[in-house]
Amino acid sequence: MSGADHALRRVSAVRGVRGAMLVSAPDGLVISESSMEDVDGRAIAALAASLAGRLRRAAASAGLGRPTVIQLRGETGTLLAVPAGDELLVVAVGDRETNLGLARLELLEAARGIA
Amino acid sequence: MNDDVRALTSELARDPGSLVFLDLAEVLRRRGQLDAALTVAASGLARYPALADAHALHARILAERGDGDGAFDGWMNALQLEPAHQAAHRGLGFLYYRAGDLARALRHLEFAAQAAPEDAGLRAAIERVRVAAAPAPAEALAGGTAAGEVVAEAAPAPTSRAIPFAIDSGSGTSSESELFAGLDGARDGLLLLDQHGLRLGGALRNEDGADVSDAVAAHLAGVSREAARAARLLGLGEWQSLGVECEDGNAHLVAPTAETVLLTVRDVSVPAGRLGLVAERAAQAARRWLERVA
Repeated sequence: MSGADHALRRVSAVRGVRGAMLVSAPDGLVISESSMEDVDGRAIAALAASLAGRLRRAAASAGLGRPTVIQLRGETGTLLAVPAGDELLVVAVGDRETNLGLARLELLEAARGIA
Repeated sequence: MNDDVRALTSELARDPGSLVFLDLAEVLRRRGQLDAALTVAASGLARYPALADAHALHARILAERGDGDGAFDGWMNALQLEPAHQAAHRGLGFLYYRAGDLARALRHLEFAAQAAPEDAGLRAAIERVRVAAAPAPAEALAGGTAAGEVVAEAAPAPTSRAIPFAIDSGSGTSSESELFAGLDGARDGLLLLDQHGLRLGGALRNEDGADVSDAVAAHLAGVSREAARAARLLGLGEWQSLGVECEDGNAHLVAPTAETVLLTVRDVSVPAGRLGLVAERAAQAARRWLERVA
């Protein structure tokens, strides 16, 4: 198992997390994924990369520096995305019961290990 | 590559003479791939030089790349071909607004609104320009009102140099100043924009004190649509907020209405949870303000 796969499994093991994936930030392609069932991984990867790119440009214009954690909250769950260097994005999807604090820490740890 | 882009690219490859280049360039523009969007739009424009939509889209992309001169020429070309072209009037309205020519801005925005009477962002923009132009209403409304006359006006192009890319919030209108009145960050750190990336109110400054509102707003055009699409695809229901923790500050996005987005920015000392509460209070203020100006 690769280091990335191991990192994604750790993220997926957090309570409430439905799955995690590693995404190529420039083109929004899935590189690796873990337990992403019942969702269109390719579409999520593309949208997450697009959102992250847009937010990165906005943050730069606002003088906020680089994004470290992005959190899209919906009515019934959350999408978390953490950049791993300039080229990669670690993405996780969780339901309403997700331990977001722990998921965030695991994502940051995964990003550090992957970058 | 996004499925939409892939499908549209394939369609264009199969039929290079089709008008699908408009859709492809627009999708690329919304994704922020401005170089690719410009290439597609320019290629289509070369094939269809008499198509107003092609000029208008080309101009919009140029505007987002910061080429105000090119955008002005493009939108004027669109109006030469189609004097009532809504997007061209809208674009020129914002260019004139940024250049400080409120009279011309108002005329173009009002023409644009005739074709889109339900566009709340446009209505708010017109209200803002009207209030700003109030000291000289006769001058602002002088001249012809037919679309053809607007096209024919010998207006100097608002050059890139002449465009104050960020409009000083200190000179905001009284209506706009009411937007976040009484809230922490009312003059720096709260920014309301429409789904097209037009600043409706509030302001944002960088660490040097420069107003970066318009630049940030432009980058966030379409963010609400993308967030909604991602939430839907994931079965998360309606999107409620988008939080961004950054190296030097935190940002929080919410949608006070379906057509607007509110950006709240604070330094890193403000925890994300508290930032969400600040954003929700500001969103309530924004909803009240939008109802008043509608």
